[in-house]
Amino acid sequence: MNIDRLFIANRGEIAVRIVKAAKALGVTSIQAYSEADADMLAVREADEAVCVGPAAARESYLDIDGIVAAAKAAKADAVHPGYGFLAESASFARAVTEAGMIFVGPSAGTIERMGDKVAAREAAIAAGVPVVPGSKGRIDSIDAAAEVANEIGYPVMIKAAAGGGGKGIRIADTEAEFRKLAPQARAEAEAAFGDGGLYLERAVQKPRHIEVQIMGDGTRAVHFFERECSLQRRRQKVWEEAGATCLDDATRDKLCDSAVALARAVDYCGAGTLEYLYDSARNEFYFIEMNTRIQVEHPVTEMITGFDLVQEMIRVCGGDALSVTQDQITRSGHAIEVRLNAEDPMMQFMPFPGQVTSLKIPQGDGIRFDHFLYEGYQIPPFYDSLIGKLIVHGADRADAIARLSAALDDLEIGGLKTTAALHKALAGDPTVASGDFHTQWLEPWLDAGHLSKATGDA
Amino acid sequence: MAQILSSLPGTFYMKPAPDQDPYKVKGDSVEVGDTIALVEVMKTFVEIKAESAGTFARYVAEDGKPVTAGAVLAELED
Repeated sequence: MNIDRLFIANRGEIAVRIVKAAKALGVTSIQAYSEADADMLAVREADEAVCVGPAAARESYLDIDGIVAAAKAAKADAVHPGYGFLAESASFARAVTEAGMIFVGPSAGTIERMGDKVAAREAAIAAGVPVVPGSKGRIDSIDAAAEVANEIGYPVMIKAAAGGGGKGIRIADTEAEFRKLAPQARAEAEAAFGDGGLYLERAVQKPRHIEVQIMGDGTRAVHFFERECSLQRRRQKVWEEAGATCLDDATRDKLCDSAVALARAVDYCGAGTLEYLYDSARNEFYFIEMNTRIQVEHPVTEMITGFDLVQEMIRVCGGDALSVTQDQITRSGHAIEVRLNAEDPMMQFMPFPGQVTSLKIPQGDGIRFDHFLYEGYQIPPFYDSLIGKLIVHGADRADAIARLSAALDDLEIGGLKTTAALHKALAGDPTVASGDFHTQWLEPWLDAGHLSKATGDA
Repeated sequence: MAQILSSLPGTFYMKPAPDQDPYKVKGDSVEVGDTIALVEVMKTFVEIKAESAGTFARYVAEDGKPVTAGAVLAELED
Protein backbone atom coordinates (compact mmCIF):
# COMPACT_ATOMS: atom_id res chain seq x y z
CA MET A 1 0.00 0.00 0.00
CA ASN A 2 1.28 3.46 -0.95
CA ILE A 3 -0.08 5.32 2.05
CA ASP A 4 2.15 6.15 5.03
CA ARG A 5 0.80 9.52 6.13
CA LEU A 6 -2.98 9.96 6.04
CA PHE A 7 -4.53 13.42 6.37
CA ILE A 8 -8.04 13.32 7.85
CA ALA A 9 -10.15 16.15 6.42
CA ASN A 10 -13.15 15.74 8.70
CA ARG A 11 -14.19 15.93 12.35
CA GLY A 12 -16.44 14.33 14.95
CA GLU A 13 -16.98 10.61 15.30
CA ILE A 14 -15.89 9.68 11.76
CA ALA A 15 -12.50 11.34 12.32
CA VAL A 16 -12.02 9.17 15.42
CA ARG A 17 -13.04 6.14 13.36
CA ILE A 18 -10.49 6.94 10.62
CA VAL A 19 -7.70 7.53 13.17
CA LYS A 20 -8.47 4.09 14.58
CA ALA A 21 -8.31 2.46 11.14
CA ALA A 22 -5.02 4.25 10.34
CA LYS A 23 -3.49 3.02 13.61
CA ALA A 24 -4.53 -0.57 12.85
CA LEU A 25 -2.85 -0.27 9.43
CA GLY A 26 0.33 1.27 10.88
CA VAL A 27 -0.34 4.51 8.99
CA THR A 28 0.50 7.88 10.56
CA SER A 29 -2.69 9.90 11.10
CA ILE A 30 -2.72 13.68 10.65
CA GLN A 31 -5.94 15.23 11.92
CA ALA A 32 -7.31 18.49 10.50
CA TYR A 33 -9.20 20.69 12.95
CA SER A 34 -10.87 24.09 13.02
CA GLU A 35 -10.23 26.64 15.76
CA ALA A 36 -13.46 25.45 17.43
CA ASP A 37 -12.32 21.82 17.39
CA ALA A 38 -8.85 22.07 18.96
CA ASP A 39 -9.84 19.82 21.87
CA MET A 40 -11.89 17.24 19.98
CA LEU A 41 -11.16 13.57 20.57
CA ALA A 42 -9.67 12.86 17.13
CA VAL A 43 -7.04 15.58 17.70
CA ARG A 44 -6.05 13.87 20.96
CA GLU A 45 -5.90 10.42 19.40
CA ALA A 46 -4.22 11.21 16.07
CA ASP A 47 -0.43 11.11 15.72
CA GLU A 48 -0.36 14.72 14.48
CA ALA A 49 -2.90 17.53 14.16
CA VAL A 50 -3.09 20.66 12.00
CA CYS A 51 -5.37 23.69 12.40
CA VAL A 52 -7.10 24.42 9.07
CA GLY A 53 -8.97 27.63 9.88
CA PRO A 54 -11.76 29.30 11.84
CA ALA A 55 -14.90 27.68 13.28
CA ALA A 56 -17.07 28.34 10.21
CA ALA A 57 -16.86 25.20 8.06
CA ARG A 58 -16.66 27.18 4.81
CA GLU A 59 -13.39 28.70 6.09
CA SER A 60 -11.98 25.40 7.37
CA TYR A 61 -13.41 21.94 6.55
CA LEU A 62 -14.96 23.16 3.29
CA ASP A 63 -11.99 25.23 2.11
CA ILE A 64 -10.53 23.08 -0.69
CA ASP A 65 -7.38 25.14 -1.24
CA GLY A 66 -6.75 25.48 2.49
CA ILE A 67 -7.18 21.75 3.18
CA VAL A 68 -4.98 20.70 0.25
CA ALA A 69 -2.26 23.18 1.29
CA ALA A 70 -2.43 21.95 4.91
CA ALA A 71 -2.16 18.31 3.81
CA LYS A 72 0.81 19.10 1.55
CA ALA A 73 2.54 21.09 4.31
CA ALA A 74 2.04 18.15 6.68
CA LYS A 75 3.72 15.89 4.08
CA ALA A 76 0.63 13.70 3.79
CA ASP A 77 0.57 11.22 0.94
CA ALA A 78 -3.20 10.64 1.13
CA VAL A 79 -6.36 12.47 2.22
CA HIS A 80 -9.42 10.77 3.75
CA PRO A 81 -12.53 12.95 3.38
CA GLY A 82 -14.86 10.99 5.73
CA TYR A 83 -18.53 11.76 4.98
CA GLY A 84 -20.22 15.14 4.51
CA PHE A 85 -18.03 18.27 4.03
CA LEU A 86 -15.87 17.62 0.91
CA ALA A 87 -16.39 13.85 0.71
CA GLU A 88 -18.40 14.03 -2.51
CA SER A 89 -16.76 17.08 -4.05
CA ALA A 90 -15.22 16.16 -7.40
CA SER A 91 -13.25 19.43 -7.29
CA PHE A 92 -11.71 18.40 -3.97
CA ALA A 93 -10.80 14.92 -5.22
CA ARG A 94 -9.21 16.48 -8.27
CA ALA A 95 -7.30 19.09 -6.23
CA VAL A 96 -5.93 16.38 -3.91
CA THR A 97 -4.79 14.26 -6.85
CA GLU A 98 -3.29 17.22 -8.73
CA ALA A 99 -1.31 18.08 -5.61
CA GLY A 100 0.28 14.64 -5.87
CA MET A 101 -1.65 12.93 -3.07
CA ILE A 102 -4.05 9.99 -3.02
CA PHE A 103 -7.75 10.74 -2.52
CA VAL A 104 -9.29 7.98 -0.39
CA GLY A 105 -12.35 7.55 -2.57
CA PRO A 106 -13.19 7.10 -6.25
CA SER A 107 -11.82 9.32 -9.02
CA ALA A 108 -13.14 12.85 -9.52
CA GLY A 109 -14.75 11.66 -12.76
CA THR A 110 -16.68 8.91 -10.98
CA ILE A 111 -17.80 11.29 -8.22
CA GLU A 112 -19.04 13.70 -10.88
CA ARG A 113 -20.85 11.04 -12.86
CA MET A 114 -22.52 9.31 -9.91
CA GLY A 115 -23.30 12.64 -8.22
CA ASP A 116 -25.42 13.73 -11.19
CA LYS A 117 -28.84 12.11 -10.83
CA VAL A 118 -29.51 11.82 -14.56
CA ALA A 119 -26.03 10.48 -15.38
CA ALA A 120 -26.24 8.02 -12.46
CA ARG A 121 -29.65 6.81 -13.65
CA GLU A 122 -28.26 6.31 -17.16
CA ALA A 123 -25.23 4.42 -15.81
CA ALA A 124 -27.58 2.22 -13.76
CA ILE A 125 -29.80 1.44 -16.75
CA ALA A 126 -26.72 0.63 -18.86
CA ALA A 127 -25.51 -1.79 -16.13
CA GLY A 128 -28.93 -3.48 -16.00
CA VAL A 129 -29.84 -2.04 -12.59
CA PRO A 130 -33.57 -1.36 -12.15
CA VAL A 131 -34.56 2.30 -11.72
CA VAL A 132 -37.93 3.81 -10.85
CA PRO A 133 -40.02 3.13 -13.99
CA GLY A 134 -40.51 6.36 -15.89
CA SER A 135 -40.89 7.89 -19.33
CA LYS A 136 -37.75 7.87 -21.48
CA GLY A 137 -37.80 11.61 -21.81
CA ARG A 138 -40.28 14.43 -22.23
CA ILE A 139 -43.77 13.72 -23.59
CA ASP A 140 -45.83 16.40 -25.26
CA SER A 141 -49.25 14.94 -26.03
CA ILE A 142 -51.70 13.84 -23.35
CA ASP A 143 -52.65 10.70 -25.34
CA ALA A 144 -49.01 9.63 -25.65
CA ALA A 145 -48.53 10.35 -21.95
CA ALA A 146 -51.56 8.25 -20.96
CA GLU A 147 -50.16 5.36 -22.97
CA VAL A 148 -46.79 5.60 -21.19
CA ALA A 149 -48.58 5.92 -17.82
CA ASN A 150 -50.38 2.64 -18.46
CA GLU A 151 -47.04 0.95 -19.21
CA ILE A 152 -45.41 2.37 -16.06
CA GLY A 153 -48.33 1.35 -13.85
CA TYR A 154 -50.41 3.48 -11.48
CA PRO A 155 -50.09 5.48 -9.30
CA VAL A 156 -48.04 7.71 -11.58
CA MET A 157 -46.24 10.92 -10.72
CA ILE A 158 -46.60 13.65 -13.36
CA LYS A 159 -43.70 16.11 -13.37
CA ALA A 160 -42.72 19.06 -15.52
CA ALA A 161 -39.84 17.99 -17.80
CA ALA A 162 -38.31 21.45 -17.37
CA GLY A 163 -39.18 21.20 -13.71
CA GLY A 164 -37.78 21.71 -10.28
CA GLY A 165 -39.14 22.92 -6.98
CA GLY A 166 -42.19 20.66 -7.07
CA LYS A 167 -43.95 22.86 -9.64
CA GLY A 168 -46.42 20.93 -11.77
CA ILE A 169 -46.16 17.65 -9.81
CA ARG A 170 -49.38 15.60 -9.65
CA ILE A 171 -50.07 12.02 -8.62
CA ALA A 172 -52.72 10.09 -10.55
CA ASP A 173 -54.15 6.78 -9.29
CA THR A 174 -56.10 5.86 -12.43
CA GLU A 175 -56.15 6.70 -16.13
CA ALA A 176 -59.32 8.79 -15.70
CA GLU A 177 -57.59 10.82 -13.04
CA PHE A 178 -54.47 11.03 -15.19
CA ARG A 179 -56.44 12.51 -18.07
CA LYS A 180 -57.85 15.13 -15.71
CA LEU A 181 -54.54 16.00 -13.97
CA ALA A 182 -52.05 15.82 -16.84
CA PRO A 183 -53.49 18.90 -18.66
CA GLN A 184 -53.37 20.85 -15.37
CA ALA A 185 -49.75 19.81 -14.84
CA ARG A 186 -48.96 20.85 -18.41
CA ALA A 187 -50.61 24.25 -17.99
CA GLU A 188 -48.77 24.83 -14.73
CA ALA A 189 -45.43 23.78 -16.29
CA GLU A 190 -46.09 26.07 -19.24
CA ALA A 191 -46.81 28.97 -16.92
CA ALA A 192 -43.84 28.31 -14.65
CA PHE A 193 -41.18 27.28 -17.17
CA GLY A 194 -42.58 28.28 -20.56
CA ASP A 195 -42.36 24.59 -21.46
CA GLY A 196 -45.34 22.25 -21.18
CA GLY A 197 -43.31 19.06 -21.63
CA LEU A 198 -44.14 16.34 -19.09
CA TYR A 199 -42.09 13.59 -17.47
CA LEU A 200 -43.73 10.55 -15.86
CA GLU A 201 -42.47 8.34 -13.07
CA ARG A 202 -44.14 5.63 -11.01
CA ALA A 203 -45.08 6.90 -7.52
CA VAL A 204 -43.65 4.26 -5.21
CA GLN A 205 -46.10 3.70 -2.35
CA LYS A 206 -44.79 3.30 1.19
CA PRO A 207 -41.21 2.95 -0.02
CA ARG A 208 -38.57 1.32 2.15
CA HIS A 209 -35.03 2.66 1.96
CA ILE A 210 -32.59 -0.14 1.25
CA GLU A 211 -28.96 0.29 0.31
CA VAL A 212 -26.06 -1.94 -0.64
CA GLN A 213 -22.49 -1.52 0.60
CA ILE A 214 -19.94 -2.07 -2.12
CA MET A 215 -16.15 -1.87 -2.29
CA GLY A 216 -14.04 -1.78 -5.43
CA ASP A 217 -10.32 -1.70 -6.25
CA GLY A 218 -10.79 -0.22 -9.73
CA THR A 219 -10.84 -3.65 -11.35
CA ARG A 220 -12.91 -5.88 -9.14
CA ALA A 221 -15.89 -5.05 -6.92
CA VAL A 222 -17.69 -6.90 -4.12
CA HIS A 223 -20.74 -6.20 -1.96
CA PHE A 224 -21.08 -6.48 1.81
CA PHE A 225 -24.83 -7.06 1.69
CA GLU A 226 -27.59 -4.56 2.34
CA ARG A 227 -28.82 -2.19 5.03
CA GLU A 228 -32.29 -0.85 5.69
CA CYS A 229 -32.68 2.78 6.75
CA SER A 230 -36.42 3.41 6.51
CA LEU A 231 -36.80 5.13 9.87
CA GLN A 232 -36.20 8.73 8.86
CA ARG A 233 -37.10 12.19 10.04
CA ARG A 234 -36.86 15.09 7.60
CA ARG A 235 -35.01 12.78 5.19
CA GLN A 236 -32.36 12.13 7.82
CA LYS A 237 -31.76 8.54 8.82
CA VAL A 238 -32.47 7.94 12.48
CA TRP A 239 -32.11 4.17 12.91
CA GLU A 240 -30.34 1.75 10.54
CA GLU A 241 -30.23 -2.02 10.26
CA ALA A 242 -28.26 -4.77 8.54
CA GLY A 243 -29.76 -6.75 6.93
CA ALA A 244 -33.13 -5.87 5.57
CA THR A 245 -35.42 -8.58 6.94
CA CYS A 246 -38.21 -7.53 4.52
CA LEU A 247 -36.25 -9.07 1.62
CA ASP A 248 -36.41 -12.73 0.64
CA ASP A 249 -33.12 -14.40 -0.28
CA ALA A 250 -33.72 -14.31 -4.04
CA THR A 251 -34.50 -10.58 -3.97
CA ARG A 252 -31.50 -9.90 -1.73
CA ASP A 253 -29.19 -11.72 -4.17
CA LYS A 254 -30.61 -9.82 -7.13
CA LEU A 255 -30.28 -6.50 -5.30
CA CYS A 256 -26.68 -7.06 -4.17
CA ASP A 257 -25.63 -8.40 -7.58
CA SER A 258 -27.11 -5.32 -9.27
CA ALA A 259 -25.01 -3.08 -7.02
CA VAL A 260 -21.83 -4.96 -7.90
CA ALA A 261 -22.71 -4.75 -11.61
CA LEU A 262 -22.96 -0.95 -11.40
CA ALA A 263 -19.75 -0.66 -9.32
CA ARG A 264 -17.90 -2.76 -11.92
CA ALA A 265 -19.38 -0.80 -14.82
CA VAL A 266 -17.82 2.42 -13.49
CA ASP A 267 -14.49 0.77 -12.43
CA TYR A 268 -15.24 1.82 -8.88
CA CYS A 269 -12.43 2.30 -6.38
CA GLY A 270 -13.08 2.69 -2.64
CA ALA A 271 -16.19 2.30 -0.49
CA GLY A 272 -19.56 3.17 -1.93
CA THR A 273 -23.25 2.75 -1.29
CA LEU A 274 -26.05 2.31 -3.78
CA GLU A 275 -29.37 3.51 -2.47
CA TYR A 276 -32.64 1.96 -3.57
CA LEU A 277 -36.34 2.34 -2.95
CA TYR A 278 -38.01 -0.96 -2.21
CA ASP A 279 -41.70 -1.44 -2.99
CA SER A 280 -42.69 -4.34 -0.74
CA ALA A 281 -46.17 -4.71 -2.28
CA ARG A 282 -44.59 -5.41 -5.69
CA ASN A 283 -41.37 -6.94 -4.29
CA GLU A 284 -39.40 -4.62 -6.58
CA PHE A 285 -36.39 -2.39 -5.96
CA TYR A 286 -35.28 0.70 -7.85
CA PHE A 287 -31.87 2.37 -7.79
CA ILE A 288 -32.11 6.04 -6.80
CA GLU A 289 -28.56 7.27 -6.17
CA MET A 290 -25.03 6.38 -5.23
CA ASN A 291 -23.00 7.76 -2.36
CA THR A 292 -19.33 7.70 -3.28
CA ARG A 293 -17.94 7.63 0.27
CA ILE A 294 -18.06 5.79 3.58
CA GLN A 295 -21.45 6.26 5.23
CA VAL A 296 -22.51 7.08 8.77
CA GLU A 297 -24.20 3.67 9.11
CA HIS A 298 -21.27 1.53 7.89
CA PRO A 299 -20.80 -0.09 11.35
CA VAL A 300 -23.94 -2.25 11.06
CA THR A 301 -22.40 -3.85 7.97
CA GLU A 302 -19.10 -4.35 9.81
CA MET A 303 -20.98 -6.03 12.65
CA ILE A 304 -22.73 -8.64 10.49
CA THR A 305 -19.83 -9.32 8.10
CA GLY A 306 -16.85 -8.95 10.44
CA PHE A 307 -14.90 -6.77 7.96
CA ASP A 308 -13.34 -3.38 8.68
CA LEU A 309 -14.62 -1.24 5.79
CA VAL A 310 -12.58 1.86 6.65
CA GLN A 311 -9.30 -0.08 6.65
CA GLU A 312 -10.28 -1.79 3.41
CA MET A 313 -11.08 1.50 1.62
CA ILE A 314 -7.72 2.95 2.68
CA ARG A 315 -5.92 -0.16 1.38
CA VAL A 316 -7.63 -0.28 -2.03
CA CYS A 317 -7.23 3.46 -2.58
CA GLY A 318 -3.57 3.02 -1.61
CA GLY A 319 -3.20 0.66 -4.56
CA ASP A 320 -3.84 -2.76 -3.01
CA ALA A 321 -6.20 -5.25 -4.61
CA LEU A 322 -9.36 -6.08 -2.67
CA SER A 323 -8.38 -8.32 0.25
CA VAL A 324 -11.46 -10.51 -0.20
CA THR A 325 -13.46 -12.32 -2.83
CA GLN A 326 -17.25 -12.32 -2.79
CA ASP A 327 -17.55 -15.88 -1.48
CA GLN A 328 -15.45 -14.95 1.59
CA ILE A 329 -18.01 -12.34 2.64
CA THR A 330 -20.82 -13.87 4.66
CA ARG A 331 -23.33 -12.39 7.06
CA SER A 332 -24.36 -13.48 10.49
CA GLY A 333 -27.09 -12.23 12.81
CA HIS A 334 -28.65 -8.77 12.72
CA ALA A 335 -27.25 -5.35 13.62
CA ILE A 336 -28.92 -2.04 14.48
CA GLU A 337 -27.39 1.43 14.74
CA VAL A 338 -29.13 4.41 16.31
CA ARG A 339 -27.90 7.95 15.80
CA LEU A 340 -27.46 9.96 18.97
CA ASN A 341 -27.87 13.63 18.21
CA ALA A 342 -27.40 16.49 20.64
CA GLU A 343 -31.05 17.49 20.26
CA ASP A 344 -34.05 17.58 22.54
CA PRO A 345 -36.62 15.18 21.04
CA MET A 346 -39.28 16.59 23.38
CA MET A 347 -38.71 20.14 22.04
CA GLN A 348 -39.03 19.62 18.26
CA PHE A 349 -35.46 18.26 18.18
CA MET A 350 -33.96 21.64 19.06
CA PRO A 351 -30.14 21.36 19.02
CA PHE A 352 -28.55 21.21 22.46
CA PRO A 353 -24.77 21.71 22.23
CA GLY A 354 -23.86 21.40 25.92
CA GLN A 355 -20.92 20.21 27.93
CA VAL A 356 -20.52 16.50 28.67
CA THR A 357 -20.56 16.34 32.47
CA SER A 358 -20.53 12.55 32.76
CA LEU A 359 -20.23 9.65 30.36
CA LYS A 360 -21.12 6.01 30.89
CA ILE A 361 -20.73 3.82 27.83
CA PRO A 362 -22.48 0.45 27.63
CA GLN A 363 -20.07 -2.47 27.37
CA GLY A 364 -20.40 -6.07 26.36
CA ASP A 365 -20.49 -8.53 23.52
CA GLY A 366 -22.11 -7.19 20.39
CA ILE A 367 -22.14 -3.58 21.62
CA ARG A 368 -20.20 -0.79 19.94
CA PHE A 369 -20.33 2.96 20.54
CA ASP A 370 -18.68 5.18 17.89
CA HIS A 371 -18.41 8.72 19.24
CA PHE A 372 -16.13 11.66 20.00
CA LEU A 373 -17.09 12.42 23.59
CA TYR A 374 -15.21 12.58 26.86
CA GLU A 375 -16.09 14.00 30.27
CA GLY A 376 -15.70 17.76 30.25
CA TYR A 377 -15.96 18.05 26.46
CA GLN A 378 -17.86 21.10 25.26
CA ILE A 379 -19.72 20.23 22.06
CA PRO A 380 -19.23 23.09 19.59
CA PRO A 381 -22.44 24.56 18.12
CA PHE A 382 -21.03 25.06 14.62
CA TYR A 383 -21.45 21.62 13.11
CA ASP A 384 -23.77 18.66 12.76
CA SER A 385 -25.61 17.48 15.88
CA LEU A 386 -24.47 13.83 15.58
CA ILE A 387 -22.46 13.00 18.69
CA GLY A 388 -22.36 9.23 18.59
CA LYS A 389 -23.77 6.00 17.22
CA LEU A 390 -24.80 3.08 19.37
CA ILE A 391 -24.52 -0.18 17.45
CA VAL A 392 -25.67 -3.61 18.61
CA HIS A 393 -25.33 -7.04 17.07
CA GLY A 394 -27.75 -9.85 17.93
CA ALA A 395 -28.54 -13.38 16.80
CA ASP A 396 -31.62 -12.10 14.96
CA ARG A 397 -33.63 -8.89 14.69
CA ALA A 398 -35.66 -9.41 17.88
CA ASP A 399 -32.48 -10.18 19.81
CA ALA A 400 -30.80 -7.07 18.38
CA ILE A 401 -33.75 -4.87 19.48
CA ALA A 402 -33.63 -6.39 22.99
CA ARG A 403 -29.87 -5.72 23.18
CA LEU A 404 -30.41 -2.18 21.92
CA SER A 405 -32.98 -1.53 24.66
CA ALA A 406 -30.61 -2.81 27.34
CA ALA A 407 -27.64 -0.87 25.92
CA LEU A 408 -29.69 2.36 25.79
CA ASP A 409 -30.56 1.85 29.46
CA ASP A 410 -26.84 1.55 30.26
CA LEU A 411 -25.85 4.64 28.26
CA GLU A 412 -25.55 7.87 30.19
CA ILE A 413 -24.45 11.15 28.67
CA GLY A 414 -24.74 13.82 31.37
CA GLY A 415 -25.14 17.52 30.60
CA LEU A 416 -26.81 17.10 27.22
CA LYS A 417 -30.19 16.44 25.73
CA THR A 418 -29.91 13.61 23.21
CA THR A 419 -32.15 11.56 20.97
CA ALA A 420 -31.62 8.48 23.21
CA ALA A 421 -35.20 8.97 24.50
CA LEU A 422 -36.52 8.62 20.94
CA HIS A 423 -34.57 5.40 20.41
CA LYS A 424 -35.82 3.91 23.68
CA ALA A 425 -39.39 4.58 22.57
CA LEU A 426 -38.76 3.11 19.12
CA ALA A 427 -37.07 0.02 20.58
CA GLY A 428 -40.25 -0.59 22.59
CA ASP A 429 -42.71 0.11 19.79
CA PRO A 430 -44.76 -2.80 18.40
CA THR A 431 -44.68 -1.52 14.81
CA VAL A 432 -40.89 -1.23 14.89
CA ALA A 433 -40.76 -4.76 16.32
CA SER A 434 -42.99 -6.05 13.50
CA GLY A 435 -40.75 -4.43 10.88
CA ASP A 436 -43.82 -3.09 9.08
CA PHE A 437 -42.70 0.49 8.38
CA HIS A 438 -41.48 2.67 5.52
CA THR A 439 -39.75 6.01 4.98
CA GLN A 440 -42.92 8.00 5.71
CA TRP A 441 -43.76 6.16 8.94
CA LEU A 442 -41.73 7.95 11.63
CA GLU A 443 -42.89 11.53 11.15
CA PRO A 444 -46.64 10.79 11.52
CA TRP A 445 -45.73 8.58 14.50
CA LEU A 446 -44.00 11.57 16.12
CA ASP A 447 -46.82 13.96 15.14
CA ALA A 448 -49.31 11.60 16.81
CA GLY A 449 -47.50 12.11 20.10
CA HIS A 450 -46.16 8.56 20.52
CA LEU A 451 -42.87 9.79 21.89
CA SER A 452 -44.46 11.79 24.71
CA LYS A 453 -46.74 8.83 25.49
CA ALA A 454 -43.81 6.40 25.62
CA THR A 455 -41.74 8.62 27.89
CA GLY A 456 -44.68 9.63 30.09
CA ASP A 457 -44.17 13.37 29.59
CA ALA A 458 -47.50 13.99 27.90
CA MET B 1 -30.20 50.87 27.20
CA ALA B 2 -31.79 47.44 26.68
CA GLN B 3 -29.68 44.62 25.35
CA ILE B 4 -30.75 41.68 23.21
CA LEU B 5 -28.90 38.52 24.22
CA SER B 6 -28.34 35.24 22.42
CA SER B 7 -30.20 32.37 24.08
CA LEU B 8 -27.90 29.84 22.37
CA PRO B 9 -24.29 29.44 21.30
CA GLY B 10 -23.75 29.44 17.53
CA THR B 11 -23.08 31.65 14.54
CA PHE B 12 -24.69 35.09 14.47
CA TYR B 13 -26.45 36.58 11.44
CA MET B 14 -28.07 40.02 11.30
CA LYS B 15 -29.75 39.30 7.93
CA PRO B 16 -32.45 36.73 7.04
CA ALA B 17 -30.36 35.78 3.97
CA PRO B 18 -26.94 36.93 2.68
CA ASP B 19 -28.49 39.01 -0.13
CA GLN B 20 -31.05 40.72 2.09
CA ASP B 21 -30.97 43.75 4.38
CA PRO B 22 -30.38 43.45 8.14
CA TYR B 23 -33.49 42.82 10.23
CA LYS B 24 -33.19 46.24 11.86
CA VAL B 25 -31.27 49.45 11.28
CA LYS B 26 -30.65 52.36 13.64
CA GLY B 27 -33.84 54.22 14.43
CA ASP B 28 -36.23 51.36 13.59
CA SER B 29 -38.94 50.79 16.14
CA VAL B 30 -38.79 47.43 17.87
CA GLU B 31 -41.84 45.65 19.26
CA VAL B 32 -41.77 42.74 21.67
CA GLY B 33 -41.49 39.57 19.57
CA ASP B 34 -39.82 41.23 16.55
CA THR B 35 -37.09 39.09 15.03
CA ILE B 36 -33.76 40.85 15.51
CA ALA B 37 -31.27 38.25 14.29
CA LEU B 38 -30.59 34.60 13.53
CA VAL B 39 -28.27 32.28 15.42
CA GLU B 40 -27.26 29.11 13.61
CA VAL B 41 -26.80 26.25 16.03
CA MET B 42 -25.86 22.83 14.66
CA LYS B 43 -27.21 23.65 11.19
CA THR B 44 -30.54 24.89 12.62
CA PHE B 45 -31.42 28.58 12.34
CA VAL B 46 -33.04 30.01 15.47
CA GLU B 47 -34.74 33.41 15.36
CA ILE B 48 -33.73 35.75 18.17
CA LYS B 49 -36.69 37.91 19.17
CA ALA B 50 -36.88 41.15 21.12
CA GLU B 51 -38.16 40.77 24.68
CA SER B 52 -38.65 44.49 25.21
CA ALA B 53 -39.82 47.32 22.96
CA GLY B 54 -37.78 50.36 22.00
CA THR B 55 -35.80 51.93 19.21
CA PHE B 56 -33.05 49.96 17.54
CA ALA B 57 -29.58 51.34 18.25
CA ARG B 58 -27.02 48.90 16.85
CA TYR B 59 -25.82 45.36 16.38
CA VAL B 60 -23.01 44.52 18.77
CA ALA B 61 -22.08 41.06 17.46
CA GLU B 62 -20.31 40.72 14.13
CA ASP B 63 -22.27 39.20 11.22
CA GLY B 64 -21.30 35.60 10.45
CA LYS B 65 -19.12 35.20 13.56
CA PRO B 66 -19.41 32.83 16.54
CA VAL B 67 -21.36 33.96 19.62
CA THR B 68 -21.69 32.30 23.01
CA ALA B 69 -24.96 31.76 24.90
CA GLY B 70 -25.70 35.01 26.75
CA ALA B 71 -23.62 37.16 24.39
CA VAL B 72 -24.97 40.64 23.61
CA LEU B 73 -26.22 40.67 20.02
CA ALA B 74 -27.81 44.12 19.77
CA GLU B 75 -28.80 47.18 21.78
CA LEU B 76 -31.94 49.29 21.89
CA GLU B 77 -32.15 52.98 22.80
CA ASP B 78 -34.33 53.71 25.77
